[in-house]
Amino acid sequence: MADIKLMKGNEAFAEAAIRAGCDAYFGYPITPQSEVLEYLTAQEPHKRTGMIVLQAESEIAAINMVYGAAGTGKRVMTSSSGPGISLKQEGISYMAGSELPCLILNVMRGGPGLGTIQPSQSDYFQATRGGGHGDYYTPVLAPASVQEMADFVRLGFELAFKYRNPVVILSDGIIGQMMEKVELFPQQPRAVEFDQSWVTTGKTPDRERNIITSVDLDSARQERHNQDLQKKYQNMREHEVRFESINCDDADYIFIAFGSASRICQKSVKIAREKGIKVGLLRPVTLFPFPAKEIKKLSKQVKGMLCVELNAGQMIEDVRLAVENNTLVALHNRMGGMVPTPEEVYHALLQKFSIE
Amino acid sequence: MEKENLRLDEIIREENIVFHKTSLLTDKVFSYCPGCGHGVVHRVIMEIIEELGIQSDTIGISPVGCSVFAYDFMNIDMQQAAHGRAPAVATGIKRCWPEKYVFTYQGDGDLAAIGTSETIHACNRGENIAIFFINNGIYGMTGGQMAPTTLSGMKSSTTPYGRDTMLMGNPIKMTELVATLPGTYFVTRQAVHTALYVRKFKKAARMAFENQKLKKGLSFIEVVSNCNSGWKMSPLQANRWMEENMLAFYPPGDIKINGELIKKT
Ligand SMILES: Cc1ncc(C[n+]2csc(CCOP(=O)(O)OP(=O)(O)O)c2C)c(N)n1
Ligand code: SF4
Ligand SMILES: [Mg+2]
Repeated sequence: MADIKLMKGNEAFAEAAIRAGCDAYFGYPITPQSEVLEYLTAQEPHKRTGMIVLQAESEIAAINMVYGAAGTGKRVMTSSSGPGISLKQEGISYMAGSELPCLILNVMRGGPGLGTIQPSQSDYFQATRGGGHGDYYTPVLAPASVQEMADFVRLGFELAFKYRNPVVILSDGIIGQMMEKVELFPQQPRAVEFDQSWVTTGKTPDRERNIITSVDLDSARQERHNQDLQKKYQNMREHEVRFESINCDDADYIFIAFGSASRICQKSVKIAREKGIKVGLLRPVTLFPFPAKEIKKLSKQVKGMLCVELNAGQMIEDVRLAVENNTLVALHNRMGGMVPTPEEVYHALLQKFSIE
Repeated sequence: MEKENLRLDEIIREENIVFHKTSLLTDKVFSYCPGCGHGVVHRVIMEIIEELGIQSDTIGISPVGCSVFAYDFMNIDMQQAAHGRAPAVATGIKRCWPEKYVFTYQGDGDLAAIGTSETIHACNRGENIAIFFINNGIYGMTGGQMAPTTLSGMKSSTTPYGRDTMLMGNPIKMTELVATLPGTYFVTRQAVHTALYVRKFKKAARMAFENQKLKKGLSFIEVVSNCNSGWKMSPLQANRWMEENMLAFYPPGDIKINGELIKKT
């Protein structure tokens, strides 16, 4: 029988982590994602699966605990929001450089600075451009429902281990806080047998010592390492693009939106269709790699694309790059925790493209 | 006279060898300046791991500092940590492998400046790990800048006229500080510039690993060391200066054993 529950997005994420066989979670409280740590500590997963949950002294410590634990080959994760995610960037860069798998949830709030605890999508640039120092990318998954908050835990770990790379789940205060029905996948056992060829377990006589590091002062070797990393990211671009398209086939106009903004746009599509305007919605599910090919394809068949974002207009830069001037691209955005209504978005569409 | 005629292979015979290099040190030539204490500390830690027979169960963490490449020299599994974060990295590893031996190796800039928070909280949680804290009173790797441990009046490249404690604060005694936390089980200050001190340090290092089996808390071993390059002294001068000044302010000796403070801090 299906295991269906009514849960907050943050709780669904935490429950899914236990069920996905996650080995360890290290976190630090920050709104709007504190329910993750609260739910996990209440569940006492050390009794359910043996999963470790530890409240660290800071986000910096938490991500470095993740770094250490990931080096042992286990499935580890952390979660935070803007100010904390900024603190984690050094550690994420180290993990990208040393090729360690892990899962990082960002439940976005408005910035810059301490900003607001209200929802926002203003960490798009940070998430899709690596975020920390150095040339690197992380796959970025953007859930648009409580269901996806749960499902992306499994998908995230899959990608993290497939590419030995940190994976970011870029959620926001709406998806994290809202309650929805969610069908939970059954409990998976924690991995007992896993690839230990590269991890730190203690050097045994039958192998060379395993070293987790990102430093190499030999420029030729460091360049080769960087080239290898870039190949990996290219691989992701070729194989991991995910998107959802709603009513795009016959559309004259397309909304492009991810996460909570895409949920609003779903309603705006309905309003427009009721008024006889053929509108579709393209929702990038992976923000890196970005569904550029699909957007380019659509750009040749439509009259205009409206990016709807809860930020100053960040994803629109990727859309413009993909569209190559094939069609008009416009932006409707809100910031600082403000959220547009479906009607507002519909009217923005009419106005931006002078639809009578 | 007779000696000069002896051939090398006649001298290097099994019965004449008084010093064996542990197999847990690789053959890579140390990157440390001649006379630097880092190499001695490396050797002693590796000897202990070999003597205890725990190589296959030990994971070390190298810091950012002159010992960043400790994994080139130590023939064990290691993780390199971001500047100051080694105790957090060690926490992550130890929580995942609670039966393994985990240690960090950190300089004074790493442990007592940028990583103070990670140090104090790992100690306070009583993580069952060992922290080796190499205090040379200076930032060796970056060219001899002031560290939190730099003595009052001591010159460095960022205190060219000597550390002015009115401006820069006083040197911090991390070891005494962490000894006050219930999470630490063994806290000691050692040195490695003479054979006698090396022997004492080795005893302490052994205890730091043996303690991990007890799961009663963290072992914290400070090693007051030299940085002849950063101090702009010859190795001999540096050791003499260290004896007279560093050891006067950072006195060697055990501070906490088996969870009990034995020295007033
Ligand atoms: C985040 C960050 N800040 C600064 C540095 C530059 N840095 C490298 S080593 C070091 C100081 C190391 O001094 P210490 O820990 O005392 O080690 P020592 O070299 O003296 O053994 C600094 C500041 C860095 N690598 N990373
Ligand atoms: S700079 Fe100082 S600490 Fe670094 S290797 Fe040289 S003597 Fe040792
Ligand atoms: Mg130093």
